[in-house]
Amino acid sequence: MIVNTTKGEIDDSLLEKREGAIDNDNENTTWVEYWLAGELVHRSAHVRLKKPIISISEAGSF
Amino acid sequence: MANSQAMCTSFKSEILSGIHALGTTVTRAGTGADTIKAALYLASASLGAATTAYSATGEVSGAGYSAGGITATNATAPTSSGTTAYWTPSASFTYTNVTLTTSFDCVLVYNSTQSNKAISVHTFGAQTITAGTFVLSMPTNDASNALIRIA
Repeated sequence: MIVNTTKGEIDDSLLEKREGAIDNDNENTTWVEYWLAGELVHRSAHVRLKKPIISISEAGSF
Repeated sequence: MANSQAMCTSFKSEILSGIHALGTTVTRAGTGADTIKAALYLASASLGAATTAYSATGEVSGAGYSAGGITATNATAPTSSGTTAYWTPSASFTYTNVTLTTSFDCVLVYNSTQSNKAISVHTFGAQTITAGTFVLSMPTNDASNALIRIA
């Protein structure tokens, strides 16, 4: 697979791939990094938000 | 049958659609659906409930990112279920082929048509992007999970 990097497009077989994830009440996030000779040349992330914004409305009393 | 005090659910949904104008000097920029945008902000910024409009202060910058962020896909009108009105953009926020080396942890959803007025602020774990893509997926558009809900 060809990866877009700071050095241009490079085949992933030439890169070191690192992946990670975060999962908590607020989000589920995954990320992938590609390194070349100890240098970070690509990092992408995907955040899935879990916690919506909620506004509570009430009708006032007389 | 008895009367019951309540905020009418139809009103909640209609607020999201701009049907009601309770102010004394209300001016809308148009009658169609507004353009909604999403801008990313640095972890060092101070956005929150007091944010009133989009500002470039504290916004991310870097290759491939345009100030003001991206336009949200808005193909689904606000609606309601039970007593909750809700709305969610109809596609993920995707920032393609960007380099954002200073950590960011916030997206501001705002109304580009109506003088960039703020709608909501959403936070997440701090990220950086290097020659890559940042995707913010939207939750399910229902009364329990939608991005914006008025309950």
